[in-house]
Amino acid sequence: MSAERFDTVLGLAHRRGLGARIGVFVLYALMVVVFAGPLVALMIGAFSKVVDPTGFSLVPDGGFTVRNFVAAADRDVYHYLINSFVVVGFGLLLQMLVSVFAAYALARHKMRFAALIMLAVLATMMLPEEVITIPLSVVLADVPPFDVNLIGTYAGMILPVGAWGFSILVMTEFMKEVPVELEEAARIDGAGELRTFFSIILPLCRPALGVIGVFGFTMIWDQYLLPLIVATEPSQYTLPIALRTLRSDEEVGIGVLLAAAMLALLPSVIAFLAFQRQFVRGLTSGAIKG
Amino acid sequence: MVLRTAESRRAIGTTEDRRTILGRRRPRRRSPVVPWLFLAPALILLFYFKYLPMADGLRMSFYEIRGYLGDQWVGGQNYQEIVTDDQFTAALWHSVVLAVGTTAGSMFFGLILALLLEGSSRVLWFVRTAAFLPVVTTIAVVAEVWRILYHPAANGPLNTILGWFAISPQPFLADEHSSLLSIMAVGVWRGAPYDMMIFLAGLAGVDRSLYESSAVDGAGTWRRFRHVTVPALRPVFVILITLAAIRGIRVFTEVFLLTNGAPNGSTEVLMTLIYKLGLQQGELGIAAAGSIVLFAATVILTVAVRALRRREV
Repeated sequence: MSAERFDTVLGLAHRRGLGARIGVFVLYALMVVVFAGPLVALMIGAFSKVVDPTGFSLVPDGGFTVRNFVAAADRDVYHYLINSFVVVGFGLLLQMLVSVFAAYALARHKMRFAALIMLAVLATMMLPEEVITIPLSVVLADVPPFDVNLIGTYAGMILPVGAWGFSILVMTEFMKEVPVELEEAARIDGAGELRTFFSIILPLCRPALGVIGVFGFTMIWDQYLLPLIVATEPSQYTLPIALRTLRSDEEVGIGVLLAAAMLALLPSVIAFLAFQRQFVRGLTSGAIKG
Repeated sequence: MVLRTAESRRAIGTTEDRRTILGRRRPRRRSPVVPWLFLAPALILLFYFKYLPMADGLRMSFYEIRGYLGDQWVGGQNYQEIVTDDQFTAALWHSVVLAVGTTAGSMFFGLILALLLEGSSRVLWFVRTAAFLPVVTTIAVVAEVWRILYHPAANGPLNTILGWFAISPQPFLADEHSSLLSIMAVGVWRGAPYDMMIFLAGLAGVDRSLYESSAVDGAGTWRRFRHVTVPALRPVFVILITLAAIRGIRVFTEVFLLTNGAPNGSTEVLMTLIYKLGLQQGELGIAAAGSIVLFAATVILTVAVRALRRREV
C-alpha cells in the first residue's frame, strides 16, 4: 500500500499482488470483448464459409473464405462503396476548402459583423440536422432561384455537407493562434491575399487540417438521412443505406451482408486509428465548445 | 518565399521598429470585400442547406402543402393535429425515455470506464482504443451488428451467452416490453466510450496533489473520488448531459434500422414518425410542425441544462 501512487483516483495500474493483477487483467479483457468483440465477430463472419443466419462466432465457421466478398459484387456492393467514396471524397474536399476559407476571413481579417456570423455558424451546430430534413428535401428538389432539382444527384448528397459549423469553428480557433508577424512579413514582400493564404497560413494549419479532415470524413461517411432522402434509385445508394436493402434480400444470405458491413466499417476505423491523436483532441475541443 | 521573409524581417527589425520605419505607409489598405469573398462559399451553403430549410420548415408548419394545387394557410391546425395525435405523444414519450436512459447509462458506464482506464501505460492505451471503436463505427453498421446479436431465437448470439448463465432466451427487439430497452442498450454501448473520452480529458485536469494530500488526511479511494474527482468533473457532466440530451431526442438511424417503430409502435420516436409522415405519407405540413416541436424540445432541454448549471455554480 505504501507503494501506491496518486496519479489516478483508483491507481489500478500500481496495485501489487498477483490476485489484483489477474482481476484487473480480466476486467480489461472483458471491456475489449464487450466493445470490440461484436465488431471483430462481424469481420470474422464476413470471412467465414458458413454464416449462420442467427449468429456470430469468434472462429470462422467452416474455414476462411473470401467468397462473401466475391458474391458481394453480384449485389452491387462495390458500386455502393464507390458511391460512398465519391460522396465522401468530394464532400470532404468541399467541406475543408469552405471551412479554411471561412476561417481565414473570420480569424485573420477585421470585418464587420464577424461576431454575428460566428454566432450564426454556432447556431447551425445547435440546430439538429434532423429538424430540417423534411424542408431540406423540399429545398433540394427545387433550389431557388435556379430551379435546379438536386434529388437523385450526387450533388444533392455533397453540397449540404459542404458547410459544417464544427470544422469552421475548429479552424477559426486554430487560425487565430497564427502569429500576425508572419502574415505581415508576407504582405510586405508583396504577397497577395491568395498567396498569403496558401503559402503562409494554410501550411501552418496542418494539425487543424488533420482534425477537421478526420472528423469531416467520419461525419460524411456516417451520413444516413441525407443520402436516404436524396437517392431515388438503388444505383445511387451509398454503402450505409444499401445495407438495409441487402439485409431484406432473401437470396443474398447473411454472409454478403456481413462483408458489406465490414466494408462500410473499415474506412472510418482506419481513419480513426491513423489519426487517433487528432481525433481525441478534436473530440474534446468540440465537446467543450459545443 | 521563406528566405525572403526571413531576410526582410531582419532588415526591418522588430515590430516596433517597423512601425516607425515604415510610418504611415505600413497599414496597406486591405479591401473590405476580400473577407466576404472568402466567406461567400460557407455563407451560400449555410444559407441553402441550413437557414433556408429552417425558415421553410417554419413556414410549411402553418400550411397544408398540396403540391401543384398551391399551399394553403391553415394556421395552427398542423400543430393542433400533431399534439393531439396519440401516435405523436407516444413517440415524444419514447424519445424522452430513450434520451434519458441512454444519457444516464452512457454517463454511468463512461465514468466507470474512464476511472478504470485512466493512466498512460500501453495496456491502458490499447484497451481505450478498443473500447472506442463503437464510437467511430458507422451507425448503420452498428445497427446491423446488433440486429444479429439480438436475434430472438435461443441460438442467437446474445441468447447463447445468456444461456451460459441459465437465463431463458429473451425476445429483445421482437417484444414491445423489451424493444425500447434493447435500443437503449445499443445507445449506451456506443455512447459510453464517447463519454469515457470526454471524462478522461476532464480527469487530466484534476490536480494530482489533491489526491495525495487527501490521502495523507486519511481519505480512502471512495472519499477521494467523492470529494476531489466529482467536483472537478462537474463542468464535464454538464457538457455531456447537454450533448447527450440533444443527441438522444433526435435519434433516428438506430431506431429506423433496428425496429423502425415496431413492434406495435413501441419504439416509434419523434424522428421515425416525422420521417414516415413527411416522406412516406406526404403529410409535409404536419411533419414540419412535428419537426418544429422536436426543435423546441431540444432548445428547452439545452436551456434547462444551462439553467440548472447556473443555479449550481
